[in-house]
Amino acid sequence: MKNTIASISAAAVLIAGLGAGASPSPSVATTTAVAIADYSFKPPTITVAAGTRVVWTQKDDDPHTVTADDGSFDSKGLGQGDTYAHVFTKPGRYPYHCSAHPFMKGVVIVTKGKTP
Amino acid sequence: MSETLDRSKFLECMAWCGTGVVYALTGTGIVGRALADASTRPLPAGAPTFVQISDTHVGFHGDANHDVLATFQTAIDRINALPSRPEFVMHTGDLSHLSAAGQFDTVKQMLGSIKTGATYAVPGEHDVINDKGVEFFKMFGHPSGEKWYSFDAAGVHALALTNVIDITAGGLLGRDQLDWARKDLASIPKSTPVTVFAHIPLYAVYPDWGWTTDDFSELLTMLRPFDSVTVLNGHIHQVLSKVDGNVKFFTAASTAFPQPKPGSEPKPHPLVVPAGQLSSDLGIRTVTIVPGTHEIAVADETLAGS
Repeated sequence: MKNTIASISAAAVLIAGLGAGASPSPSVATTTAVAIADYSFKPPTITVAAGTRVVWTQKDDDPHTVTADDGSFDSKGLGQGDTYAHVFTKPGRYPYHCSAHPFMKGVVIVTKGKTP
Repeated sequence: MSETLDRSKFLECMAWCGTGVVYALTGTGIVGRALADASTRPLPAGAPTFVQISDTHVGFHGDANHDVLATFQTAIDRINALPSRPEFVMHTGDLSHLSAAGQFDTVKQMLGSIKTGATYAVPGEHDVINDKGVEFFKMFGHPSGEKWYSFDAAGVHALALTNVIDITAGGLLGRDQLDWARKDLASIPKSTPVTVFAHIPLYAVYPDWGWTTDDFSELLTMLRPFDSVTVLNGHIHQVLSKVDGNVKFFTAASTAFPQPKPGSEPKPHPLVVPAGQLSSDLGIRTVTIVPGTHEIAVADETLAGS
């Protein structure tokens, strides 16, 4: 079971620079993608290692925000096609929502150490 | 199939259609005309009127409406062609789609072309998405800088409220605004018709989609003693009404695009309708105050037709 969770987590993680053809380097921060579509954060819950850069891409034609419940980060209004990135440096649980549609909820869980 | 009216269906109709709501069709596409009583008497010429428009969403680009400026302009043309000039026009929010400066500028200019005594606006959640409304209130707010205020015009005492900031579920008025409303209403004679404007519905239309205001019941308690209260909201892009004693609630059509009926789909969203149908789903609302009475006539007119 633990392995399954780890592999799902790893599958969601992309290495920054892959798109440019560069070799993954341990010193490069990892990036995790979250889609905002159909009035949902997809996936709604992600688990990442400290130092991970999370990038949200907004696909709906209604604007949304990525707003921390505690106010510690806020994308402000994202139109269709806009992206927002935030680097999570400290371990912890970061619930967030869309300030225009509060029924849209997501969580970023940040763990210690590097991703496998 | 029994011909007996099913009680639950009847109650549902009472809740959603409201009592004393009369619907009529005209050549120009009036979809609803609701009277405070069930009277169908013609309205006297020269009675004071005001107009509500809502959800212009300037800046929206999508299949639900590829030209929101054109439909907004059609709404303005309809207002300017009304038989009598409205004493004021209230925009009940979501002026812009994304709170962009250019979008606010465009709305400001277009609202300025309406032939009316005064133009007011309350914010929608789209208007406060970047800065909790700083720019909105600077451009469209009350000169005092307050986020809520009242005024007297067209024979009504009007409350212009904000319920889109720091929302966590449905709309939110907040302690300060509720306290202000209590003081404001305290000096108003109970026979004065009261009209309440806010973007998100001030009753529980469909809480699962946030189509409600979490602390509306305290406001409703303040409004009940008045002989005639009309609550006018936007946000849901469709005309619904409800009657609760002397308090009548009406949500308004958008000038930009419709949204699904409550609960008919998993989530609310800009609804794409067949070509040619869009203008029938958009509209403006004219409210007439019958002189010497407490009667308020609410007429919704679509943007269909010429």
